[in-house]
Amino acid sequence: MSTSRLRAIRTLTALLFASIFLCGCGAAAADAAAESTMSRVLWLRDYNTRVVILGATLLGTGAGFVGCFTLLRRRALIGDALSHATLPGVGLAFLLAPLLGFDGKALPVLLFGAAASGGLGVAAILTIRALPRLKEDAALGIVLSVFFGAGVAILSIAQQLESGHMAGLESFIYGRTALMTAGDARLITWAGLIATATLLLFYRELTLLCFDEGFAAARGYPVGLLDVVLMAVVMLITIAGLQAVGLVLMIALLVIPAAAARFWTNQLHRMVMISALIGSLSGLFGAAISGVFPDLPSGAVIVLVCAGLFFLSLMFGGARGVLVRVLRRRGLRHAIDREHLLRGIYELRESDLRIQTDDFRPAAACLAELHELRTWSRRQLQQQIRRCESEGLVWRRADGGIELTERGLIEAERLVHNHRLWELYLMTHADVAASRVDRQADAVEHVLEPELIARLEQLLEQERGRRVIPQSPHAKEQV
Amino acid sequence: MDELRGWTWSYDGWVMLGGVLCAVAASLPGNFLVLRRMSLLGDAVSHAVLPGLAAAFWITHSRSGPAVFLGAVATGVITAMLTQWIRDVGKVDEGASIGVVFTTLFAAGLVLMSQVASRVDLDPGCVLYGVLEASPLDTADVGGFAVPRVVLVLSLVLMVNLSFIVLMFKELLISSFDPGLATTEGCSARLMHYLLMVIVALTTVASFEATGNILVVAMLVVPPSTALLLTDRLGRMIAISAAVAAVSAVLGDVAAVTVPAWFGFRSTSTAAMMTVCAGLLFLLAALCAPSRGLIAVWLRRQRLSLRILTEDVIALMYRLDERGADGPVAISQLSQTLLSSTLQTWLALQWQRFRGRVNADLAGYRLTPAGRQAAAALVRSHRLWETYLVQEGVDAGVIHRQAEVLEHFTGRALREKLRAGGVTSDRDPHGSLIPDEDPGTEGR
Repeated sequence: MSTSRLRAIRTLTALLFASIFLCGCGAAAADAAAESTMSRVLWLRDYNTRVVILGATLLGTGAGFVGCFTLLRRRALIGDALSHATLPGVGLAFLLAPLLGFDGKALPVLLFGAAASGGLGVAAILTIRALPRLKEDAALGIVLSVFFGAGVAILSIAQQLESGHMAGLESFIYGRTALMTAGDARLITWAGLIATATLLLFYRELTLLCFDEGFAAARGYPVGLLDVVLMAVVMLITIAGLQAVGLVLMIALLVIPAAAARFWTNQLHRMVMISALIGSLSGLFGAAISGVFPDLPSGAVIVLVCAGLFFLSLMFGGARGVLVRVLRRRGLRHAIDREHLLRGIYELRESDLRIQTDDFRPAAACLAELHELRTWSRRQLQQQIRRCESEGLVWRRADGGIELTERGLIEAERLVHNHRLWELYLMTHADVAASRVDRQADAVEHVLEPELIARLEQLLEQERGRRVIPQSPHAKEQV
Repeated sequence: MDELRGWTWSYDGWVMLGGVLCAVAASLPGNFLVLRRMSLLGDAVSHAVLPGLAAAFWITHSRSGPAVFLGAVATGVITAMLTQWIRDVGKVDEGASIGVVFTTLFAAGLVLMSQVASRVDLDPGCVLYGVLEASPLDTADVGGFAVPRVVLVLSLVLMVNLSFIVLMFKELLISSFDPGLATTEGCSARLMHYLLMVIVALTTVASFEATGNILVVAMLVVPPSTALLLTDRLGRMIAISAAVAAVSAVLGDVAAVTVPAWFGFRSTSTAAMMTVCAGLLFLLAALCAPSRGLIAVWLRRQRLSLRILTEDVIALMYRLDERGADGPVAISQLSQTLLSSTLQTWLALQWQRFRGRVNADLAGYRLTPAGRQAAAALVRSHRLWETYLVQEGVDAGVIHRQAEVLEHFTGRALREKLRAGGVTSDRDPHGSLIPDEDPGTEGR
């Protein structure tokens, strides 16, 4: 029952998820007819809007893809550290390029500087991690803060140059998504393609690295080299995106889509696809929204859309979302309550049953007796009885007594059988005192698998042909 | 120090003091962040307070004052709680939840700011980089002296942090290393966690308003990490981290003026230079720390490999003798067989000569009786291990390599145990004789 219901819920939430988007699109499209700026944005009339939306979407896709691996490697904030680590390189390139006869503000020069100091940052992270005691987070924190400090120190020197109004350098931190050029979009496309190709090429190895580093090393994979490959891919995406969209958006796109995708699936290839999808959707919608409302900072809007998708995933995610987990837990609790009820009715009437040997049908149990049996509230008990009634396991007699149906009896016998088998096992093989086995068996009986029952039966030398319900170990004490 | 000619105590002294206070105040709670693997929280908080600042500004229409401060601290605490909540509810790891929370809050802050502050100048750049150098200009009157407000605020923060750590030392210690134990002992690990978060948020907000966020983010992580490389005790670690923080602040203040002057520039950002100095001190510790530094580890490894080589040399000479190659052995033959350089082999042989195990003459090297005895023990270990491993069902193809490692870590007691543990044969799986333990009978 519970699996089919879960599946239904999962489908429903997916539909909900999709319909929210469709509604959003629909509403926007409806408005578009009325408003001219909106229609211009939505039908991509402006060259600039086209470039921004395309670039943001591509960047979201690529970052979402890469982010999955860094997230699973427990290094989600690597983008944070690396994007800060590029700053001194940018500053130095700006300062030194004129000495070598280049234009200090030319994009290739700045990118080269960024890549060089980013690479140094990667090396520093890997070295610090290799030191005893210091963990990932400390390595990232040290590289982030020290490199960023060095960057600020260099930039504040660069400001003193006469040519040094640093209009181009500011955007490295806050981004200027709305001013993205076709060149930026092209750079992002190439970086995304190279990153994707590299990840696909090393997919198997990187998967192993992310899930079990020790095992990968033991299998003879070059773990250090793979780590460097992963970091290089992150750096590629970060640098391509950084100067287009800024530092904070870049970090967000590397972390949030992957973290959101984690709620939808437990399989890496699906997670990668969902993460890329979420990244591209947030790029698309964020850029579109900020195109409609030009006074909103577009990078920030993209992050907020991404965060909204994350929150939806956290709540309604099909594999680990909050809602699914709550429902699953409730289903389990109900199942346990039902089993307690059935066993309770059976055991209350067991003594009568023995007298009538063959044609057994336990007499009805009354509510008060059942209520005393365990710590459940009257309402809980009533609810449970109603639920069992609708499932055809018990029926209520006219005088209020509750009786097991044929199916209910079979189920109850099975449960009592399991419970007592476990009790006997605990007493004979685990040396647990008879007075204490009941509670322990109570906890375990719900999760005993058929194979385990068979082994227990064998172990306790029960005859196999007809299912015999062992006597309750407690009956002897009462005599 | 010509560059420092313009340096005056009445102005630059306050700047340096402000830096030192900020660095020490941040490094104290930073120790626990590093131990709890939450080093990046400072970075997260310093970005995430933006919406709090914007909201407070929206309400009060002023850029400073208690409301703004409270707004920022409240957002900092909310950041920490949200991070914890997403981690618990979503079962994602710390780094990811920090990343989600702070980028989202920062983006929300940017949007809020673009709406609220478009008419007035509330520049995110100014919020994120408070200017330490300008701090002495904003003074308050304390008992007749004009003391910069920054210094007052940071001294207060330092005192709060210090008393928090001194009063809660035991609780912080136990909840950092073993949260489960702490909770069962009746000191709630969760409560300590949130208290620490409040302290971090308070420190971060107070400092970056004064000095910019770079300094506080760095001081939360770098000095404690440096201290962690230098000591095993929490108390000492805190003291060392505070000292490192103070020293890097002083050095940074000087370097901000002197270093750019070498290249013909004027001074650079003081807070940034303090960060760089902290990084350099960390580098120094990572290289030179007595037992955990890279150099110490490298030396230890070299010493071990040299020791193994000295043993391999005499064991090889013993085996050559055994095969009947009586006479002195040339150094080239040894180094070729052992795949080591001539210099290493020579060093190993000199060491064994010094210990009286090897004799040298013009023709080559020869084992002394004492050397024979030591070498026999090694060869005996090797062959006992091989025999034992084969008995235990290990594939005969790999036993030599394993025995080659084990022989260097096997003493007399373990050899006797191996013998008593069922190695009965006189010969190893390759058919060589296992030398006797008692040197008296050996060779006769």
